[in-house]
Formats: sequence, C-alpha cells, structure tokens
Amino acid sequence: MATYKLTTPISEEQIRKLKVNDIVYITGTIITARDQAHKRALQYHKEGKQLPINLEGLAVFHCGPIVKKEGDEWIIVAAGPTTSTRMDIFEDEFIKNFKTRVIIGKGGMGKRTTDAMQKYGAIYGAFTGGAAVLAAKAIKKVRTVEWFDLGMPEAFWILEAEEFGPLTVAIDSHGNNLFEDVKKKTEENRKSIYEKLGIQQ
Amino acid sequence: MSLEQTVENVAVNLLRLAVTELPKDVKEALQKAYQQETSSAGKTQLKAILDNIELAEKTRTPMCQDTGTIIFYVKAGAEVKNLDKIPNALRNATKRATTEVPLRPNAVNPLEQKNTGDNTGRNIPFINWEIVPGNILEITVLPKGGGSENVCTMAMLSPGEGIKGLKKFVIDSVIKAGSKPCPPNILGVAFGGGADIAMKLAKKALLRPLTQPNPNPELAKLEKELLEAANSTGIGPMGLGGKFTVLGVNVDYAARHPASFPAAVAFNCWAARRATARIHPDGRVEYLTHEMR
Repeated sequence: MATYKLTTPISEEQIRKLKVNDIVYITGTIITARDQAHKRALQYHKEGKQLPINLEGLAVFHCGPIVKKEGDEWIIVAAGPTTSTRMDIFEDEFIKNFKTRVIIGKGGMGKRTTDAMQKYGAIYGAFTGGAAVLAAKAIKKVRTVEWFDLGMPEAFWILEAEEFGPLTVAIDSHGNNLFEDVKKKTEENRKSIYEKLGIQQ
Repeated sequence: MSLEQTVENVAVNLLRLAVTELPKDVKEALQKAYQQETSSAGKTQLKAILDNIELAEKTRTPMCQDTGTIIFYVKAGAEVKNLDKIPNALRNATKRATTEVPLRPNAVNPLEQKNTGDNTGRNIPFINWEIVPGNILEITVLPKGGGSENVCTMAMLSPGEGIKGLKKFVIDSVIKAGSKPCPPNILGVAFGGGADIAMKLAKKALLRPLTQPNPNPELAKLEKELLEAANSTGIGPMGLGGKFTVLGVNVDYAARHPASFPAAVAFNCWAARRATARIHPDGRVEYLTHEMR
C-alpha cells in the first residue's frame, strides 16, 4: 500500500502504476458530474459537439455540491461524493471517449466500469462518503460552472483542487476491484453469521 | 414572542446544529470505531470521517453535502396553545435554514421532477406528532440522508419464523445494502404493527442515543446480537472492508396481527444527524442534544 500525489493531466503510465488499496491525492482540475451531466456529455459526443472542457487526464467526481455565490465568485460549501453505481451505465463510454483517468465517488462501481478502466487506463478512487467539508477544503477554486440548467447538484462544476483526498484506489487499471473483493468475503461470512444466529437455510 | 416565532427560530437553530455537529454519542462511537478498527482501508475512512466532522464543527458548515429530507418529531404537551401554528412555523424554518445554513435543496416534486428549491413541498417537511401530558413542547429534527434512505427495507415475514426470521431479514438487509448507506451505520429495526407502523417505529428508533440502553432486556439482548452479526459481515467503513459496519442497532416493536409479521430496517449513515430542543411555557429554550453556541 503506497501513497501517491498526482497532478492533472494524469498520464496512462502514471495510472498503470497504481494498485488497489493505494492512497492517492490529486492536485489540479476536477470536474463534478452526476447522472444528468454524464448523459449530456455522452449525447454531445454522439452529436459531435465539443464539451465545455477537454477531460483527458482529468478527474471526474461523482458529486452534487452545495455552492454559494459571493459577489462574482462561487464558493464550494460542501462537496462529498454521491453513490457511483448510478453512473455505471455511462462510465465505460465516458472513459473511452473522454480519456478521463480518475473517477472519484463512493460505494464502488461494477464490472462494466472495471473492464473499461483496465482497457483504457483509469482508476476509481473511493472518497469517504459524506466527508463534504474535507473535500471542500481541498477545493481551492471554482473555475467555472457549465450546464447550470441541470440544477446545482447536477451541473458540471469545473474545480481546481489541491491534494484532494485521501482517495483509496478501489478499482485499479489491472482489473482489481476492492469493493467486489469485500462483497465476496461478505458472502462467505453470511453462512457463519446464519449459523451463529441459528438460522436454517 | 409568539409561539410560532419561537418555534421557527428554534427549528432554524436545530437544523443548523444538526447538520454541522453530530450528537456526542455518535461522535464518541466513531472515535471508538477508529481506535478499534483493524482494516487499514477502514481506518483511513474513519480518520477522514473524524477529520471531516471536526472541520464541519469548527467552520460551522454542513458535515455532508446531502443535508437530507427534513423530518420533524414534535412531542407536544396537551396544555400548549396554538399547536395548529406549528406546521407553518416548521415550514418557514426549513425555508430559512435552506438559505441561512445553507442546506442543499432536496425536495423534488416527483410528478414534474422539479426541485422546489427550498426543501419544502407536499408533505415535506414531514411532521410526526405525539401528544403528551404537560405544557412543554419538544421538537426534534432528523435530516435524513438519501443514500441511507435508499437501502431501507420493509417486509411481511412469516409469523411462523418469528424472531429468527427477523434476524435473517436484518442481516440480509445489511449485506444487500453493502457500501451504499455510508457505513458505519445506525440501524433502526422494528417489527409488528403493520407495514407503515413497523417502518415508522424503525425510523423513530434512530433517534435513541447510542449510549442509552434499551429498557427492555430482551430487546437489549437482540440489539447486541444483531450488532455483532452486522459487524461480522466484513463490509466495514464505507464498504471498503473492516469490522465496523454498524455503530448501533436500536430495536422497537408493536403488537402484530396473528397472520402478519411486518419487519422494517431503517438505515442511518455515519452522519447520523439529529437535534432536539424543549420550549418551556415561559419561553425558555433548552437544547438537549447540543450545546447552543
């Protein structure tokens, strides 16, 4: 288990070095995107329209932040991760098309995303669910917001971060998935728990 | 000041306190979990949680971006006048807190799929009423996070299987929920009554402090058993593996129909937020879960 400090844009080579259980901190550009923003980005790609920002080598954060406006400036108040599995239906295409290297969220993602991460070179960094103030502290600036019509939580927030983390590498680019490992172990434990509680199967 | 105005001000304070500072019992349970967790990934998560709640408290900002669906529990003394004004006061307080704290606008009209923008909507904030003897008004707010709400379970079990069936249902619910409800969780478990009653009791059980033992020894034993079982799953903090999947299990029940055995499990995330205050007849306000700063 090693700790890495990465700066965007992150290269595929840097990503390939990372293994599950490693800890990562990210400095540079992080974009928030939830269901609606993923959907629109893929739609744009399909129509040949350009995204507001080139996502290659950047980090995408599954997050619906609380943001307030002070004068002309947006301030991130709280920015914890949202449940990533909802984005499983978009993420493989997203990684393939936009070459995003880091996906940040909570709860892990499924096989489709894991396969895409292995194929195109990306990782999933688990950020502590709900640790919104810790996240906000590492976000130094809101560069801009796009697609605000989707609503505050669903908009495409383009953020500048400094040592954003700790992110636990939960899916690496070698096909390993920490959440799946835990699930397998939990399934094994189920039997002994039933036994202890006197539950017949 | 009118009761309506007092209730509004107190409720704004309660919302602010609840989302920025965890009650002492939850904080201590998280600290204990951090000290005793043996999985490194789990420990990293608990450390981030503790750092986060400390920062939230210091900067008085919401500890989680999901400031929840706003639910109130009102214990009204039967002698308190103008109780009919309270729903409006709580509604106004919710709107005010949304801009003043701020809270994330979390009330969506499900027909139009449109966010109302101020955390109020049809039946929201929801108010649970209880009329008790006396002249004191006790208000509790439970800002309920969506991630943990999404894994709540309810089932009509087979009466023949009894408590064993209940235990299986609880453990299956915990395993199925996995990482989703932001563990370590607090579980509210209830059985009997009817489908709605079981879930209502389960959710209300989330309000009992972790340090307060169940007065019913049989239920206390069941809670301990369920806690140990849930913590043997290996799910761990944030589902990354470890021994702290739940911080506590609170159980309640109601008498059941001979043909039914309803059971419900309400999940609360590690950000198990709640705040309670009492308004006395002379206007004095007493905050029970937090120190008013």
